[in-house]
Amino acid sequence: MSSKTSALRLQVESSLARRGGLAARVASPFQYRDRPIVETAPTGIPPIDLLTGGLPRGSLTEIYGPPCSGRTSLLVSALASRTAASEVCALVDARDAFDPQSAEAAGVRLQQLLWVRCRNVDQALRSTDLLIQGGGFGMIALDLGDTPARVVRYVPLQVWFRFRRAVERTPTIFLVVEQESNAKTCASLVLSLHAQEARWARTSERAGNSGQLLPPHSPGCLLDGQRSLAETIRSHAKREGMWLHKPNTIFADDRGDDADFETAVVWGGLGPR
Amino acid sequence: MAFASIFVPNFPVQAVVRAEPALGERALALIEGNPPLCSVVAVNEKAAQMGIEIGMTKTDAEQFASAEIRPRSSAQEKAAHAALLDIGWSVSPQIEDTAQDTIVLDLAGLVSLFGAEKDIGTHLGERSAACGLHVNAAIASNIETALIAARGFAGITVIPAGEESQYLSRLPISALSPSDETAETMSRWGVAACSDLAKLPILDLSERLGQEGVRLHALARGASERALVIAEPAHSFEEEMELDDAVEELDPLSFLLGRLLDQLCARLTARSLGAAAIRVRFELQPSFEDAVDIREAFPAEKRPGLYEKEIQLPVPARDSKMLLKLLRLRLQLNPPGAPIRKITLAADSARPRATQGGLFLPSFPDLEKLELTIARIAHVVGEGNVGSPSLTDTYRPGDFQMRRFLTPREAVKTDRGSDGAGTPSKQRDNSTVTTSFRVFRPAVPAKLDLHAGCPTRVAFQGLRGEVIAASGPWRTSGDWWREDPWQQDEWDLEIHFQSAPEPGDRFSSTESRPNSGIYRFYYDSLRRGWFVRGVYD
Repeated sequence: MSSKTSALRLQVESSLARRGGLAARVASPFQYRDRPIVETAPTGIPPIDLLTGGLPRGSLTEIYGPPCSGRTSLLVSALASRTAASEVCALVDARDAFDPQSAEAAGVRLQQLLWVRCRNVDQALRSTDLLIQGGGFGMIALDLGDTPARVVRYVPLQVWFRFRRAVERTPTIFLVVEQESNAKTCASLVLSLHAQEARWARTSERAGNSGQLLPPHSPGCLLDGQRSLAETIRSHAKREGMWLHKPNTIFADDRGDDADFETAVVWGGLGPR
Repeated sequence: MAFASIFVPNFPVQAVVRAEPALGERALALIEGNPPLCSVVAVNEKAAQMGIEIGMTKTDAEQFASAEIRPRSSAQEKAAHAALLDIGWSVSPQIEDTAQDTIVLDLAGLVSLFGAEKDIGTHLGERSAACGLHVNAAIASNIETALIAARGFAGITVIPAGEESQYLSRLPISALSPSDETAETMSRWGVAACSDLAKLPILDLSERLGQEGVRLHALARGASERALVIAEPAHSFEEEMELDDAVEELDPLSFLLGRLLDQLCARLTARSLGAAAIRVRFELQPSFEDAVDIREAFPAEKRPGLYEKEIQLPVPARDSKMLLKLLRLRLQLNPPGAPIRKITLAADSARPRATQGGLFLPSFPDLEKLELTIARIAHVVGEGNVGSPSLTDTYRPGDFQMRRFLTPREAVKTDRGSDGAGTPSKQRDNSTVTTSFRVFRPAVPAKLDLHAGCPTRVAFQGLRGEVIAASGPWRTSGDWWREDPWQQDEWDLEIHFQSAPEPGDRFSSTESRPNSGIYRFYYDSLRRGWFVRGVYD
């Protein structure tokens, strides 16, 4: 039966090729191709890893949300995780917003990070293109987090398609951080982040009913960290049930579509404190 | 024990053709001397067939319309000589720098490495052709016989031990380079070939011609013995080209650079080395105003007509195409700014990478390709905007420096080589995720309402909000002894923003505008103003 099917397919393809149709441009368009198993890498945030199964390699991952939603913490955590695994990472920073001090405090090995400081989206996209074509990076992150959403919206969809095609079948994780989702179906994993609440060690007290802040003094209140909510908007791996279970990793069977995670401020690594 | 001699016939012409291979197809005459007394000093075979002769004046030579007339170039001859030495060192560590066009190699122990002596000769010929030189090579059991045979016979000649006299017998006496007086005497005696000289009785020859006669007799018999004067291996690789017409545009310049790089890489390949750094130096054509006595006003190294650039490579490379692309990108970023009349290209040599990456290690970008990618990105974003961040040993907020990006393997090597000043990365604690910070570069000016010294309301970039929680002030200062001191009071403020947009709102839509956020503000006591340093994200 299968030999008959393949013979029929060959006949259809050859007749189409003679007529100059789809088969003339694409080799064996009707041949069934196995989808490769998606290999993933942990983000370094256990709730996110539990939610998504990790960042897929050879795919485009989109993280979007407003400022203070934890996008950068997730990005930096992923960079720290990859550099700790001795991989080389690249960060294309569209608005030069990366803070090396907090990144180092988060565990990013800065000497393994190629940082491209851009001034606009055009520079960022061109640099990303060059990096993806160059190959060999464990992770390439494109940070458009501070770029106005209306500017990123003007990036043609074909750019995202090109990126996706270029990164396919490579071990590179391509991560994009934005304010809004733009890559549409080109992204294999889309995460939406929302800020939940900030945690303070001792909130500045208000005086009685007046609601006015009391003058703080050292040691006053300290920012402990913040809580964020991550929501899976799209996940190819999850849809197709292709989780890659790594040894010693337990994934819950009843994974939902969102997860909370908390981040903490490390004072020792930030400047003079 | 065997020796090989390499001789470059018509050396001045070959040196020029090596730099401009297209001239090899045409009739070429080299001139030398101060105008108007320039005369032809060397010609190639085609020019000789046309009738151009050595000693002819430039004006006479110019009558031959299809012939190329070029000045003799000492720089190109120097480079060709260096290439000849490199060819020698590519085969044997012990060579003698006999003359500008001749070298001698000690072949002791090389048969097991290269095969028979004939194979060594073929190998020398191939190496020479790769370096742009067509040579005669001769292998004999003694140095002088090898030298005479290389000058006398074209192509590769291997003289078996004991047959020296037989081989040299065919050569004329002039091949032994006798003095003019001795040559004339022999001519009068009717001694024209080496075989005739070898037959003469040595004692009688000694009585009539003295020690020179004895020496020539030994040379003619192939029995002269002397020790090799070993030359020190050179580690500098330099190629030069002087241009008749100054070059202004990048495309023709790239063509010339490519040619020089090909020669440089061929020499490096011959020595089994790579270029760790490439230095390019252009002598620029001075403008009419600058042309007046700048040589006296400035020392040579600070002359305004010089352009210098150095490219450090992550791994020793000898791929001329890759190096040319790198050079082009650097020159596009920093163009010379004036027409170029002389190009000097030098390479710092190093042993090529011999180790193989681990099979189970994560893949790294190919280093040569990565260097090219970084150069291309630098062309897009600017040279100082791509690299690895490195924290500096200071309390100044947000201070860091950009370093050249090194892959982990190189970084390990650099750390071993350095004094260990690099700060190791902190060990990551997997249980906590660190809150990251986004920096506004430059800091954004802000307006703050204070109540009893504590911020209550803020406004910046069209956003206006109320302070929900505050932490501060954290006072820092430093570098008061420098021109750029700092003195700041920092605050971490959680702000609840108003929903209505204001003119200058940095967020385009209400969806992307944050309802609240934690920002770091600071009061700059020196500039007397409030600024936003960044946001916790």
